[in-house]
Parts: sequence; structure tokens; C-alpha cells
Amino acid sequence: MTQSQIARAGSSTGTGSRFWRSKKDYLGVLPFLLLTGLFLLWPTVNVVYGAFFTEEGKFSLDYITNTIQEEAHWIPFLNTLKISFWTSIIGGLIGALFAWAISTGKPDGVGRRFVLAAGGVLAQFGGVMLAFAFFATFGFNGFVTTFALKFSETSFLASPDWLYGLFGLGVVYTFFQIPLMFIVFLPAVENLKPQWSEASQSLGGSSKDYWFRIGFPVLFPSFLGGILLLFVNAFSAYATAAALISQGTIITPLDIGSALSSEVGGASAPLAKTLSLYMVTVVVIVMALYSLLRKRVSKWENTK
Amino acid sequence: MKFNKLTRSAVVLSVAAVLAVPTFAVSSANAASKASTWTSAKQAGGIAKIAAECKKEGQLNIIATPVDWANYGEIIDNFKKKYKVKIDSNIPDGSSQDEIDQANALKGTKRSPDVFDMGTTVGYKYIDTHYAPYKVTNWAKIPANLKDSKGRLTPNYTGVLTIGYDGALGTITKLDDLLDPKFKGVVALNGDPTKASAGLNGLFMTSLANGGSLDDISKGVEWFKKLKAAGNFINVDPNTATIDSGQTRVVFDWTYNHKSHQDRFKAAGKSWKTFTPKGAEVGSWYNAGVSPWAPHPACARLWMEFIYTPEGSNSWAKGGASPVIWPMMIKDKTASKDAIAVIGSGTGVARVASAAQLAAANTYLVANWAAAVGTR
Repeated sequence: MTQSQIARAGSSTGTGSRFWRSKKDYLGVLPFLLLTGLFLLWPTVNVVYGAFFTEEGKFSLDYITNTIQEEAHWIPFLNTLKISFWTSIIGGLIGALFAWAISTGKPDGVGRRFVLAAGGVLAQFGGVMLAFAFFATFGFNGFVTTFALKFSETSFLASPDWLYGLFGLGVVYTFFQIPLMFIVFLPAVENLKPQWSEASQSLGGSSKDYWFRIGFPVLFPSFLGGILLLFVNAFSAYATAAALISQGTIITPLDIGSALSSEVGGASAPLAKTLSLYMVTVVVIVMALYSLLRKRVSKWENTK
Repeated sequence: MKFNKLTRSAVVLSVAAVLAVPTFAVSSANAASKASTWTSAKQAGGIAKIAAECKKEGQLNIIATPVDWANYGEIIDNFKKKYKVKIDSNIPDGSSQDEIDQANALKGTKRSPDVFDMGTTVGYKYIDTHYAPYKVTNWAKIPANLKDSKGRLTPNYTGVLTIGYDGALGTITKLDDLLDPKFKGVVALNGDPTKASAGLNGLFMTSLANGGSLDDISKGVEWFKKLKAAGNFINVDPNTATIDSGQTRVVFDWTYNHKSHQDRFKAAGKSWKTFTPKGAEVGSWYNAGVSPWAPHPACARLWMEFIYTPEGSNSWAKGGASPVIWPMMIKDKTASKDAIAVIGSGTGVARVASAAQLAAANTYLVANWAAAVGTR
């Protein structure tokens, strides 16, 4: 045996054992991988794959190319994009302001703890309950409406038609978007180190200088990340819309619902999968942007 | 080897089981061979003869008939009282498909269902294989377009698409009453018509009431457009909560769904009234059939006779379902007062859209409904 042969043999056994040692490290994540694989990856693959086949199981691109051209499907899709965009921008701005306001308060104050807890709960307050809360407040015989009718019959609040359309749905969505932005954005605001502001001041910078040269640039990636999260949150919401507007499919999640469960001849699995594929595509784009942003954000978060 | 021994005994056991089942089947079929060939009371030698034979059998197996569904509880009690036989009610909350599956699984045993209560779509899927023909005494009173001509499945009751409303709003006598400003923002349809059967039939009903037909649903869409323009239509999905809180005080829904609202409103000292435009009755029929391998063939036929008499059918009506012999009962004055109080004394027979009509309506609605109710 030559020198080199021995070396090679040695090195090969070496990598082998290291190979297995590294595999063992992954054992702990196995349950997680199994979970995401079974409940996220497999359904996604199933949906994407299924969109390319007809009801009879023949390969076809018809559903993918035709569905988006039909008014009954592209209008809800556009509505979904619109409502996600506007509620994430508006909810994001207001939520970010709240987060900033809270971060300036006493770190262990009662008010702060209360708002944090409320934010956590309200961000999850959606679906039928939320829709019902809005009926009871702004609906045709809601609390505010009856009040408005007594005092000014012509006011906006006295005729609640607005609640039962895209605008109303947007208002309702914003209601859970604000607290969500608040809880995801608060850590970023708190990450602004007082030393930075002190450094800026000691170098002769004004408050304006501090915000425009340090504060906003540092916060911007987190802010945008929060907005993207809000966008996806609104994009995939179903139950709230289903309870509020059950007539005339207004957004794509409801469109998918009727394609899956229509009991009067409108059910079509390939159609539902195609609509889902459109949605998955949008979410993939948004999530890719989000992960790019996270990379920038973590740069600041790690400089503790 | 232990493992092998186990498998062998399991095989022996299962073979024995397979052999044993047909033996049971043959013996029970022999005992009741006569009753299982009866195709009408006349052929059997009269209802008394069937009743006597049923008493000997001693039991009736029913399936998927919950006691609180269309008042089946009362029918079951009355049948037991009248004929002194036991009733075994299997999987009360099962679906039509469950009924067929159970009949297949229990074929040849004493526990197999004797009679079925089938929804139309699933029911007719098994028309050639799962029902023994039997024509009840009131057969002639049942509209020919609704029944199987051989008597394998016979329509028994239906929900009728009806407008239910809070009695405090007054009395509705025609559809256009709902355009009145006093109904502002409270008129709801149960489910999107491109999706839910109640919603779709609500549109068929409005279409029929406005000169449309089951082939032309556009008249119904136009009427809802008017309702929306008047500000009276609300696109919320109505349920017990929205009804009780007054969000949806007028609801287009099946009669049997209105029944529970009626009970609740009555208990609260209020009233929930119903109105169906004349000539615009649309329904979704259920059908009764006898199992060809019924373990109690005489009782099965006796049950069929019982449910198609005013005695049986009044119970359905009290539960908010419209019996197929209701027009006959109104004419004969055999409809009970309690029953009329629930479903009214209309004699229109609910119509049902065919598969082709459903498909045409769906295509039209997918293109036009959202625009009509202002969500596009």
C-alpha cells in the first residue's frame, strides 16, 4: 500500500463517520420536517400538480390559461390583491405608529403590558366573531347606526351599505391588521439603541437628522417585512369574508370555496386547484421578498 | 411457528364466517319469501294481511331517520303504537349514501335496513339494484313526473323554498311587498346560489313568481337586483344568530329550516311567519323505498303504507316538511289543523329542476349573480 492509498482510505472512513454524525444532528428536526412536509408541502405539491389536469385526469393547460380570463374569476382575484394591498399599507402605518408610541413608554408599565396583551388577542380576532361584531356595531340595526339615525339621518354611518362590500371588508380586515403590525413591528422599534440617538446628538445632529439618517433607514426593512406579512395575512383570509359577504363571490378564497363545495353543479376540483395555484404564486413572490428583507433586518438585530 | 398457527386459525374462522352468512340469509329469506314478493297491498290481500304478517316478524329496521328530522319521531311512535312492533333505528344521522353502504354491509343479516329514506341524487344512482318495487295504496295520488314508474322509489316529502319573516313586520301577501322601505337591509338568501341549494332554489322560486321558469332563472336575478337597488337585500349568510339579533328578519330558506325559528320565536312570545308565492313552489324531494333483501319484508311494506296515509303524513307536515299527498289531504280535509298551521294549506306541488336546468342556471348565475347583488 502506498502512502497516498493509506491516506485516501483513512480519509474515506473519516468522512463516513462524520457523515453519520451530521445526520444524527438532524434527528431533532425530523418531527418538524414531517409536519411541514405532510401539512404544507404535500398539499401544495398536490394543488400545483392538480391544476395541470382536467377532471378526467388528462394533462391540460386549459384551466391555467383560461380561468384568469373569465370575469367571474379575475375580478375576485383583483379584489383580493386590492384589499390585501390597501389593508396592509393602512394597517401597517397605523400599527407602526402604535408600536413607536408604546416603545417610548415605560418598559414595564401597566399600560404597555395591557396594550401588548390586547394586541396579541386582537391580531387573532377574526372570522365569524369579528364580522358579527361589525354587524352589531355598524350593521343595519347596529348600535352606531341606530344612534346615527337619531342624530343625523343623512350621515355616512346611518346608511351602512358600505359595510357589505369590498370597502367594508377592508375596514374589517384593517381591524386585525393593525394589532398584528403592532406586535411584529414593536421588537424592531425597541431595537433602536438609545446610544445611536446619543451619538447623533453628540455629533450635532437634530431630531430630524436622527430619524431620516438613522431611524427610518434602520426600521425600513422591518417595516416592509411587516407589510408583506400583513399582505399575506389578508390575502389568505377566508372566514371573515364568508360571514360578512355570502352573496356573489367577492374574493378568491371564497371563489375556491365554491369551486370545492358547490352543491348545485359548480364544483370543480381542477378549478379550485388552479385558483389556489394563482394564490400560491403570489404568496411565493411575497415570501421571497420577505426573506430577502429578513437578511437585511437580521444584520441590525445581531449587533447586540 | 406461532405466527403461522395464528394466521391459519384466522383464515379458518373467516372462511367459516363467510360460509355462515349465506346460510342465515337463505333461512330468513325462506321464512319471508311470500312478503318479499308483494308489490302492492291489493296483491298481498289487503293491509290487514300485511299487518298480521308484520306482527309475526315483530320488528322493523329503519335507517338514517333522526327523530327530530321532519318529525320522524312522531311517525315512529305512532307506528309502534298502532302495529305493536319494535322499531330499530340504525345510524339516525347517516346520509343517503350511508344507507346504501349499510344495506350492502349488512346484507343477509337480521340487522339490514328494511326501508330507505333517500335524497333524489343518490337515491336514483342505485335505482336498478337496491329497491324492491312496491306501489302504495295512494300511488295514484302521487304526481307521475316525481315518481319511478315501477314503484322502486316513491317521493315522500320535500322542503319547500319559502320566505320566513319576523311577524312584527306585518303580513306579506306577494313577493313585491318585500320592496317596501320597511324591509331595509334585512332580506337575506340562505347561501350563494352558485354554491348552495337553498340559495339556488330561492332564485328559482323568485323566477317562477315573476313569470320565469325552471329553464329561465334570469327573472329571479332581475328581481333580486331590484331588491338590492331598494336597499333591502343584505348579502350576509343568515343563521340563528343573525335571525335572533334582527340582522336578517326576512330569510329565503327551506320550510323545515324555518320550523326551528318558528318554535324559538313562539317561545319568546313573538312569531316567525312564512310565505310562498302561489305557483312558485320549488322543492328537493326525499324518496322512500323497500330494500330487496329486507329482513322484515311485511313490516317494510306496512311502513310504506303508513307514511303515505294522512295519519303518517300529518306528522311530517307538523315538522315543516311537505308530504307528497298533501294536496290530496287538503282536498279530503284529512290534513290536521296543527299541520296546516306549520306548512299552510297550499296545494301546489313543489317542482324540482332537472340536471340540465341546474347546469344552465349555474352557468347563468356564475356570469350574472355577483353583478346583480353588487359585489363585482
